[in-house]
Amino acid sequence: MKLLTGNDLKTGFVTWWTGADWSLHIEDAADVGEHGEAILAVEEAARRVNAPYIIAGEQTADGPRPAHIKDRIRALGPTVRPDLTLKPADPAAGDWVI
Amino acid sequence: MYKYDEYDHAMVAARVAEFSDQVKRRLAGEITEDQFKPLRLMNGLYLQLHAYMLRVAVPYGTLDSRQMRMLAHIARKYDRDYGHFTTRQNIQYNWIKLEDAPAILEDLASVEMHAIQTSGNCIRNISSDQWAGAAADEITDPRPWAELLRQWSSFHPEFSYLPRKFKIAVIAANEDRAAMRLHDIGIQIVEKDGEHGAAFYVGGGMGRTPMIAPLIKDFVPLGDMLSYAEACLRVYNRYGRRDNIYKARIKILIHELGADEYRRQVEEEFAHVKSLGIDPPKAEFDRIAEQFAPPALDASAPDAIDRSDPDFAVWVDQNVAAHKVPGHAIVNISLKPIGGIPGDASSAQIDLMADLAEKYSHDELRVTHAQNIVLPHVRKADLYAVWQALDGAGLATPNLDLISDIIACPGLDYCSLANARSIPVAQKIATRFSDLGRQKELGELKLKISGCINACGHHHAGHIGILGVDRKGTENYQLLLGGSGAEDVSLGTITGPGFDEDGVVDAIERVTDKYLAERSEGERFVDTFRRVGMAPFKEAIYG
Ligand code: HEM
Ligand code: SF4
Repeated sequence: MKLLTGNDLKTGFVTWWTGADWSLHIEDAADVGEHGEAILAVEEAARRVNAPYIIAGEQTADGPRPAHIKDRIRALGPTVRPDLTLKPADPAAGDWVI
Repeated sequence: MYKYDEYDHAMVAARVAEFSDQVKRRLAGEITEDQFKPLRLMNGLYLQLHAYMLRVAVPYGTLDSRQMRMLAHIARKYDRDYGHFTTRQNIQYNWIKLEDAPAILEDLASVEMHAIQTSGNCIRNISSDQWAGAAADEITDPRPWAELLRQWSSFHPEFSYLPRKFKIAVIAANEDRAAMRLHDIGIQIVEKDGEHGAAFYVGGGMGRTPMIAPLIKDFVPLGDMLSYAEACLRVYNRYGRRDNIYKARIKILIHELGADEYRRQVEEEFAHVKSLGIDPPKAEFDRIAEQFAPPALDASAPDAIDRSDPDFAVWVDQNVAAHKVPGHAIVNISLKPIGGIPGDASSAQIDLMADLAEKYSHDELRVTHAQNIVLPHVRKADLYAVWQALDGAGLATPNLDLISDIIACPGLDYCSLANARSIPVAQKIATRFSDLGRQKELGELKLKISGCINACGHHHAGHIGILGVDRKGTENYQLLLGGSGAEDVSLGTITGPGFDEDGVVDAIERVTDKYLAERSEGERFVDTFRRVGMAPFKEAIYG
């Protein structure tokens, strides 16, 4: 599957295209198939996202996951500061990242 | 400490106002990211893995308590309660919001700080010896010269769009604590016939193509220093490889021209530049130098240290260095707790260090290129109180220059250019070697880790260096041995095939075991490596 990601203009936070909007949570990400470029062009022009790009992902039982380690780390947060990730309370949250 | 004059204030205030307006227009959608990116980079604002990252300049690594407290304030109010001190003697914040950037720059300006020229193809923040003004072995304080270079290079119109970034270091001791020869220009203040002058080393650097700067001129009278630097940059600006980003640093130009030809061109240019009157009149230099006048230290202060607390004594032996004034000492605060993140400090820790500087170190602090903090002027009689306060805040790890005092770049945990993570490797190595007796047995051992070829973690200059690479989508680590960023400068050599994260920790243990087996009396790791060569280590690592 193909995923769309970028950073929020105001906060810089990592965001994922859900099919209709942008979400901080990779679990909300939608497979954009062949339409990535077209969506990016529209969204970037509308300035709803900063520095967007298309990545390869895979569907798992827990939701979509980026294929590359860099985007897996982006999806959750720094591996060395679990307290600063999106799921600080869940010790197993990062199990799929590395 | 240098205090801003009216020009400094006006320049920084104008830039804050200008950037605030640019941010407003970006947020309102009036300009695109392509238009905005070069503007934000000119103000130290990057976009990294998780958010915007702000790099704040700490000129030649020197801060007063008020500035240090402001760094804590920014971490607390706008970031996530911590900052990362870097090999460039700066601080970086990892979680900055674009909408907060103007307020942060305003806060910084209120304590005479900014983030200008911390990015882009310009002359970057000048680095220096973190013990400047205190070191027993310096011939003079290098910082007035660094400050002069700062003023000359700030908004220098001709050098705002160089072929590539440009880094300058200034030292004034034979012991090189600033990796001077790994800078685009390294200046050492030297003495000849009772006069001070500047030795110019030009064309060093790390990154993709590491090079040690050759000596271009052994003695430039200090009254000609700016003109000579101007000439060095002009030749580079004219002939540097703007066509190829990988060949655009001055080191490549000098390598291709040869040091002799580069020197010839610089001399020719210098003859012209000197007629332009760039160097300041002596009175102006004296005005700057006055602001770095040594603090009033009482040379009759007691020289003895009460070592009855054994933990304190261990810390004194490892982290405290000789001061030029009797009865005083230089305190090195390690930001490398075992298993911690090299260079990170919490707001509370930053505040505490500011308080200690105010109370015990004549209001001064330094950031070191090894990602530690220095209190440069502490009375020996106050060392115990300082140590107790540091110890209470997790800041008294007695590991300066030992194997766990690791330089590590942010790597793939934070950096968008990274191939592999650096920090977890540093944590694993420090944990493996956590026993202090074992670390001391290994002695001085500088271990440096970068998460990619850009070499922000100085891996080429580590006695042991680690470079993170991407091997088919997984993290892999190359091991280098025999580098040094000090006065015995050298570039490390790759041992052979790379390792995974645990593999590289094991390999380092085999290397240090081999060193212990091979070393002669008094040899540091790097000395033994230089004497016996790579072969025995390779054998130990790969069998
Ligand atoms: C996280 C954001 C960072 C980015 C995007 C970044 C980018 C780069 C790049 C592209 C280079 C290579 C330049 C060249 O060879 O032309 C470089 C070099 C360097 N950076 Fe960084 N860096 C970052 C963080 C850091 C940090 C945190 C430090 C200090 C710990 C640092 C210190 C250095 C140093 C010392 C060099 C070597 C300079 C040389 O080649 O002579 N950088 N950086
Ligand atoms: S060395 Fe590479 S990974 Fe590390 S901070 Fe520099 S650019 Fe990022």
